[in-house]
Amino acid sequence: MRRLGFLVALLASAPALAQGVAEGRSAELVRIVRQDCGSCHGMRLTGGLGPPLTREALAGKPVDALVATIVHGRPGTPMPAWRGLLSDAEATWIAEQLAGGFPEQRSARR
Amino acid sequence: MKRRDLLGALAAAPLLPGCALPAAPDARGSGDLGVVVERSRGALALVDTSRRELLAEIGGLGDLSHASVVFSRDGGTAYVFGRDGALSKVNLLTRRVEKRLVQAGNSIGGAISQDGSLVAAQNYTPGGIKVFDARSLALVADIPAEHAPGKTSRVVGLADLPGQRFVFSLFDADAIWIADLSDRSRPGLVKLDGIGRQPYDALVTPDGRHYVAGLFGEDGLALVDLWDDVPSARRILAGYGRGEQALPVYKMPHLRGWAVAGRHAYLPAIGRHEVLVVDTASWQEVGRIAVAGQPVFVMAQPDGRQVWVNFAVPDYDHVQVIDTRSRRIVRTLSPGKAVLHMEFTPRGEAVWISSRDANRVSVIDTQRFETLATLDIFEPSGVFFTSRAARMGF
Repeated sequence: MRRLGFLVALLASAPALAQGVAEGRSAELVRIVRQDCGSCHGMRLTGGLGPPLTREALAGKPVDALVATIVHGRPGTPMPAWRGLLSDAEATWIAEQLAGGFPEQRSARR
Repeated sequence: MKRRDLLGALAAAPLLPGCALPAAPDARGSGDLGVVVERSRGALALVDTSRRELLAEIGGLGDLSHASVVFSRDGGTAYVFGRDGALSKVNLLTRRVEKRLVQAGNSIGGAISQDGSLVAAQNYTPGGIKVFDARSLALVADIPAEHAPGKTSRVVGLADLPGQRFVFSLFDADAIWIADLSDRSRPGLVKLDGIGRQPYDALVTPDGRHYVAGLFGEDGLALVDLWDDVPSARRILAGYGRGEQALPVYKMPHLRGWAVAGRHAYLPAIGRHEVLVVDTASWQEVGRIAVAGQPVFVMAQPDGRQVWVNFAVPDYDHVQVIDTRSRRIVRTLSPGKAVLHMEFTPRGEAVWISSRDANRVSVIDTQRFETLATLDIFEPSGVFFTSRAARMGF
């Protein structure tokens, strides 16, 4: 189901398709979001200095707007522009996953 | 005679296994204990800093992203503040969670009062602080950071002050508040407004005299002299970025009380890969040191001889060591991927460094920079030793 959603997401965002996100990289992106975005948004994405990024909290927010926030940041707030560390395709993948309920990190269950 | 022999024999005999409490380890002091937060497992790793060993894991502590810990003054109890708003009281000797209380929706840390009788939590949701009796965790005072009718601010930079007071900063209200709990039934509150834009964290100097809040929204910091009869905030280091384009800050720096080495404070710049050196007598900048990334923790060794710096992603695989006499970087270490925190042993012969992605805590000799030991700990973040119990601002 998740894989299907992923394909749909890729098809829906044509520019992202150009580069795509490989299987290994997607696991890394999950770790980055949970651990590094988690510094401000919480590892469970329930918020902190940054707002919550749970599916419920993001309901009704267009994915394009989420992508723009990730890529360009939010001037005047602590949200930085991540374009130096993430490609547009990766930001799109992250935004899609957030909107659908972000995957758990596999290594978290030892 | 015979009877005395018998008593002597009894006293010398080891406790029979059936007599001992099943989970209670041998009697010991608490001064060389510490905890390492295993944030994704909701657990603390209990460590012995003399033997450099992992003693036990204490779980069931909830969401420990950004968890922080303060200690009772006997060093035997850890108060753990979880992201999920939980405050847990953990007995380090019996290794048990004695009490656990969900006191807020979203919490960021806490402090313990000068006499150890009160524990305060700083919260984002609902914004404010809550003060609890350290023994029972009964609520003593609820102080919402309501800066305008119906509007509460996220609270950062909470620290204990002499006289059963707590000082904290309001990220959303550009304010610093001082709560006086010397009379539990009638908490006092002093509010300083317009201290500077978006205070993100703060520290109190080791003598408890000065409170310094870092500002995210402008180049500069706010300083309060707490010995003034009527404390006020003034700006220091205004314009340290000199109008240059700021670099992205992928993780907020932390201040707490580490930054002071001798008469100088070493402070992370925001949006600049620099450590700022400030004279604590004049509060003027006296230098700046280029470092490998956005500094997160800038921590003075207990003797002030060196200052250790770690960094935000993507430069967080490194730790740099500044010699405070020459103000030069004397070492760049790579103890493991994603260094999140550092903690010195009580007198500073070693520093414990957590490397999240390496699942490792490294114990490093602060003079020779040799790795003395490594401990396998799962995704370690904060490292907290019981010696904090005796220090103001911790």
